[in-house]
Amino acid sequence: MTDTVLKVVNLTVKIPTRQGVLRPVDKLSLEIAKGKILGVVGESGAGKSMTGNAVIGLLDPPAHISGGEIWLNGKRIDTLTREPMRAVRGKQIGMVFQDPLTSLNPLLPIGDQLTETMLEHLDISASEAEKRAIAALEEVGIPGAAERIKSYPHEFSGGMRQRVVIALALCAEPSLVVADEPTTALDVSVQAQIIALLKRLCAERGTAIMLITHDMGVIAETADDVAVMYAGRMAELGPVRDVLTRPTHPYTQGLMASTPLAAKGGKRLNQIPGAMPRLTELPAGCAFHPRCPIAKDKCRADPAPTLGAGDGRAACWFAGEAGP
Amino acid sequence: MLAFAIRRAFQSLIVLLVVGLVAFSMFNFVGDPIDSMLGQERTGADIERLRTQLGLDQPFPVQYYRFLESAVQGNFGISYRLGRPVSKIIAERLPATLELAMVSAVLAIVFGVALGVFTAIRRNGWAANTVMTLSLIGVSLPTFLIGILLIYLFAVELGWLPSFGRGDVVDLGWWRTGFLTQSGLKALVLPAITLGLYQMTLIMRLVRSEMLEVLRQDYIRFARARGLRDRSVYFRHALKNTLVPVITVTGMQLGSIIAFAIITETVFQWPGVGLLFINAIRFVDIPVMAAYLMLISVMFVIINFIVDMLYFAIDPRLRVDRTGSAQK
Ligand SMILES: Nc1ncnc2c1ncn2[C@@H]1O[C@H](COP(=O)(O)OP(=O)(O)OP(=O)(O)O)[C@@H](O)[C@H]1O
Ligand SMILES: [Mg+2]
Repeated sequence: MTDTVLKVVNLTVKIPTRQGVLRPVDKLSLEIAKGKILGVVGESGAGKSMTGNAVIGLLDPPAHISGGEIWLNGKRIDTLTREPMRAVRGKQIGMVFQDPLTSLNPLLPIGDQLTETMLEHLDISASEAEKRAIAALEEVGIPGAAERIKSYPHEFSGGMRQRVVIALALCAEPSLVVADEPTTALDVSVQAQIIALLKRLCAERGTAIMLITHDMGVIAETADDVAVMYAGRMAELGPVRDVLTRPTHPYTQGLMASTPLAAKGGKRLNQIPGAMPRLTELPAGCAFHPRCPIAKDKCRADPAPTLGAGDGRAACWFAGEAGP
Repeated sequence: MLAFAIRRAFQSLIVLLVVGLVAFSMFNFVGDPIDSMLGQERTGADIERLRTQLGLDQPFPVQYYRFLESAVQGNFGISYRLGRPVSKIIAERLPATLELAMVSAVLAIVFGVALGVFTAIRRNGWAANTVMTLSLIGVSLPTFLIGILLIYLFAVELGWLPSFGRGDVVDLGWWRTGFLTQSGLKALVLPAITLGLYQMTLIMRLVRSEMLEVLRQDYIRFARARGLRDRSVYFRHALKNTLVPVITVTGMQLGSIIAFAIITETVFQWPGVGLLFINAIRFVDIPVMAAYLMLISVMFVIINFIVDMLYFAIDPRLRVDRTGSAQK
């Protein structure tokens, strides 16, 4: 019980627009335990980033949390006001964004960006902060860290910058890191290094990670659990091995059939027909039914069941019926 | 960076040479200097003597060269109207203009930046909207009208501030300042506001739009995600990133403050070089006009040069010289 770091219960995010109120995140529940990695996957627009942003309290208006709860280390954080929530960010939740080229302030030396973050959250002196900044850079594998703290972001390559970003996210020792596609913008050759680095550092500290990605291979290698999102809802949630090898939601099954990972055995890659509907034109019933190979009348009439954190794995009336 | 500085200095020199040519041409094409200097009763011998004395019998390039030579030494000849050396007259008048321009510039920058940041942060607040609406008036009303309105309100109706002149000045030998007396400071208020208002609104609108742009950037989002306070996000991270474009425009605006001073000085009968220039035009006092032109262009060039150098101070990405960046 006590080692649950993040617990999200029935989280709903709403965006009021001219076409009506959209729900990019709809009754989503998930949990991450201390030191564990939850992979979050889903097509573009499934609501992955929205979920991550909701957790760190940085939804861009008009998007806002309209229901549900977010608990961090046993404390509820979605109801916090601006100032206490600001103190949680950086201190208890670190964030890594997609593009390291734009995540760092181009006009400040990276050492200054590290020390300002530590001085904000930790009760240490400026010289101690500088010492820790050097140590942090060394830990993420920046050679010559003692000199490089005076360097500006443009003096580093993309991979090196993402290391700096990781150092920044971890420098106040948060218990959770939300990494939103941390390697998508990087060269393929450095992607694996960055993921391995993030995983190692978090394992050493017992930091939990919410790892948002499109890369099933990364999920298979790094995550403990995986959450599959579809049109703002949780489609399937469970231990990586179960979900990847024996998916029970027809969407996950289609997803697995369409990634090279599952096709190892010489099977052909199968694309799921159609595309995820836009939030403005969600069909009645289960959002996936127009693309679902096993859709029945019930799926067209009733929304799919909502998946609680502890419940079964798939949010489908007929979960497991199609077979992988 | 040194190469850049030298290149810029060279460009500035060319600009000054061209302006010098224009100023010099005025002597030949706007009226005849002999006419202006000798008046009605003159003899052919007088004219000849003066021609040689002034060097007007020399070919054009030689004349231009001699004009430049003396201009560099600060010698612009004798004013037709006042009969005294132009350099002396300008030196007497310049402090008034520079003090006015300086106060206006400080007002424009301080309030422009502060209000720009404020209206960007409180984008949809009523106070910010009010400021934005008022700023439209600031850009659209002509300077002289603002001056007259201010005079009417604060000098005529309320009687708080003087409507013209510079008040009492203290002579420091080489500089006569209005900063040291109460009447001098009071006299500065209305002209300084009149002169600076347009620039202030311009700077404010620019800072605002640049701020809004910067606040959308990923590194601002990341700064927030690191839990930094608003103060640090806005001023340490955002404002600094708006400075390059803001400094460009502000630099140009400072130049035009000095140039626009003509209108304000006329409205407030402010005894500066702008007023001197207006009177010089009225009397076709070519030496004064030429000297004024040169002076203004020198100031523009200096300000531009400083602005270019400031870029380097602000943006580390520019500091890498080519050889250095090749190594990285
Ligand atoms: N301001 C907005 N107005 C309307 N819809 C929005 C707005 N912001 C986001 N959305 C919608 O919210 C949905 C969820 O977006 P989100 O960024 O969370 O997707 P994602 O799963 O992270 O996708 P990706 O893999 O492309 O990053 C998308 O369908 C997007 O179109
Ligand atoms: Mg996303």
